[in-house]
Amino acid sequence: HGPYQPHEPGYGLDQPGYNPYEDEIPDPQARMLAIKNAKAYLLKTSTKSGLNLYDHFANILTKILDEQPTNTVDIIENISKDVKWAQFRKKMDTLRDEPLIPPTFEAAEKYKALFVKQGGEEEQEGVEEEMGQPALPNVMEAAFYFEQAGIGLNKDESYYIFLALKNLIRVQPIQTCRFWGKILGLEMNYIIAEVQLREGEQEEETGEEGEGTTAEGEKETGEAGEQDEEKEAGPPKSTYKPPPPIPKEPNGTGTNKYVYFVCNEPGKPWVKLPPVTPAQIVCARKIKKFFTGWLDAPVVSFPPFPGNEANYLRAQIARISAGTHVSPTGFYQFGDEEEEEEEGGADTCEENPEFEPPPVAEMVESLSTWAHHVKGILKQGRCVWINPVQKSEENEEEDDEEEEEEEGEEQQEERGPPLLTLISEDEGMKDIPAWTTQASTNLIPEYSVAILKSNRWPGAYAFASGGKFENIYFGWGHKYSPESYTPELPPPAEAEFPSGPEITETADPTVEEEMAFKIAQEEALAEAEEEEDEEGEDD
Amino acid sequence: MEALSVPAALELVAGCGAGLSPERRAALGTSLPLLQRDYRFERVWFWGCIQGVRGSYYIAEGLGPDRAAPRSRLYSLNCVDWSLLTPATKEMLALAEQVKGRFQGDPSFEYSLAEINAEAAASLIGSGKEPVMKEEARLIATIEQIDREVGVVPRGAFVKTPLGSVHENRHFEGLSSVEAKKLSSYFHFADPVNLKNKTLLEKADLDPSTDFLDSLEHDIPRGSWSIQLEKGGTVVVLRSLLWLGLTFYHVPMTKQFGYVYFGTGEKNLDLPFML
Repeated sequence: HGPYQPHEPGYGLDQPGYNPYEDEIPDPQARMLAIKNAKAYLLKTSTKSGLNLYDHFANILTKILDEQPTNTVDIIENISKDVKWAQFRKKMDTLRDEPLIPPTFEAAEKYKALFVKQGGEEEQEGVEEEMGQPALPNVMEAAFYFEQAGIGLNKDESYYIFLALKNLIRVQPIQTCRFWGKILGLEMNYIIAEVQLREGEQEEETGEEGEGTTAEGEKETGEAGEQDEEKEAGPPKSTYKPPPPIPKEPNGTGTNKYVYFVCNEPGKPWVKLPPVTPAQIVCARKIKKFFTGWLDAPVVSFPPFPGNEANYLRAQIARISAGTHVSPTGFYQFGDEEEEEEEGGADTCEENPEFEPPPVAEMVESLSTWAHHVKGILKQGRCVWINPVQKSEENEEEDDEEEEEEEGEEQQEERGPPLLTLISEDEGMKDIPAWTTQASTNLIPEYSVAILKSNRWPGAYAFASGGKFENIYFGWGHKYSPESYTPELPPPAEAEFPSGPEITETADPTVEEEMAFKIAQEEALAEAEEEEDEEGEDD
Repeated sequence: MEALSVPAALELVAGCGAGLSPERRAALGTSLPLLQRDYRFERVWFWGCIQGVRGSYYIAEGLGPDRAAPRSRLYSLNCVDWSLLTPATKEMLALAEQVKGRFQGDPSFEYSLAEINAEAAASLIGSGKEPVMKEEARLIATIEQIDREVGVVPRGAFVKTPLGSVHENRHFEGLSSVEAKKLSSYFHFADPVNLKNKTLLEKADLDPSTDFLDSLEHDIPRGSWSIQLEKGGTVVVLRSLLWLGLTFYHVPMTKQFGYVYFGTGEKNLDLPFML
């Protein structure tokens, strides 16, 4: 470094005026020169990255002064790294990516379509004059009441569903319509609308015809089998006849009282779910599977589910409706024609025009102010019991007193609870009651809403306030069980043919036994010859 | 979810049908800042709600300067009065796994262990305590389990300093749309278990400041997370199938993320059958 001590040579030469070369190059601005040198050093391009420190510092300072973050000195290294990173990106980009159209814009288009007012306003007005009630439910009103309990989707989604339901009504011949709820799935969710089609507009399902033909087909093969037995002495044909399939309930009654439409998102087209068969309900009770969100996905399970995800979804919807759709007691009443002697009791109920809603406090305290208005599903999978084996014209209604259980021969008639049962009679599981009641707010009791939450089907809710009530479901679509799910065991192995003496194998005789037998035979022969000889000699 | 972003976040999470009533929301808006002041937390998170048969527990968590340190948990029955919960012990966790069924909604309810697990009951009697488990202890253990097993944060949201403490990353600007759809961009916000088992090649790709947690990709059983784009693709929602009710949301390209639990507080042990 420079000479510091006065006795060192060259001391004092850096002062202005003492430079040895001063008389040759007068440069009063040595400081400026130093600055230029320093700047030239900073501008040196790095051999590795092509950046230079001067530009880098300039960028950092620009960024800091633009963004003005707090505690800059602590994050200065991060900022430096970020600036370098940004540089690299720009340099290496010779190919430009196509601007990706994110799916958000497509979805926004779809939602926008919901908002476009469709033509045919005159039709709509005409239709409304004919029918007394508007078919479109007030989804936003129900959403408001449920929101008081903390249940429900956000307002935007509720409004989209409202508009989607309006589209559904416009397209399909619908008499009444209701937002049933939302079932979550792994990849997509289902939004479900419960609908009653106008009478006479229901199409004949091809499924029914198919069932008829299969039943006939079975009978034919059975007869053919018997004929074959008589003709040939072939291996014995199996006399096993599978139990006849239980016919599904006709559209408009029992489990198929309502028709359900689903869509994955509001704005997507609504798909009609097929009617449910008892076999599907019976199987759905034994399995527990997540929904994937695709209606045509197969349901892989044991026992094998007769159908795909659309059928499984429909079966779960039927079970949830039957188990959790409730209304204040007295809202619905039986019609004037009380047909108690028919199998299963009355099937329909109508609104009671003289219904007076009990106060909310009472609805919260006691469960007897609520009643089911959907028929429960029997073990058979139907709401109305049917004897699958069509025997003689015995009056089967009197068989339900039998206590014996004869497998396969006669089946007991099942009777479920009648239609307007109070929910206080629902059984709980262990020590958990079937329903939990709650008032929406304890702070303002005069405006609170009575809320029912189901414990058997977590996700099923109902509210009542004044004369208004509504049921809804938000969940994964499964029943709650306090024990873990155990899949059904495979059926026991078939019994073998009973072993009796005619088919038991006898053991082959061993060599010793054979020799002994042979010797004994020869001895017997020899004795017989001797006797003959003796007799011959006597003569 | 962050206490201050609760209203917006609840809108994003409402796809599963669960949420808070306006009364509770308003109560949270006032009581959570007070909690922050009284307990001197740096951050307060609204953790969620466990629904019991007779009432619900609302849970909040408070975080100190090191976000990965054990958090203080508080519970309330009405979102107004909060009580601090003691930290979870291993005993509590072991006992809570035995207790099955819904929460009752009453913090002083006692589960009789004699019916559930005779050994545990015997050991408790041996050490001089009664063979019961209080619902409060079960609550503590359940919250701890849920946080450990399914508490989720996006990659890059938190950084680990060389001294070991964890902070929010102020440069985190959100995952890109492509990254947001992959399970590997989300981490469990708990002590990592699988990081050491990665091969050296994989470890070389990791950035020690951001990749210090386990990712969701290798969770067992596979498929125990459902990842969906909602609201027209603007929000990524992850739902856990192991603890039904845990919902995580993130808006790609923004700093908004969070998770919340609305459910019954029971582990879904039937998950392998249901997939």
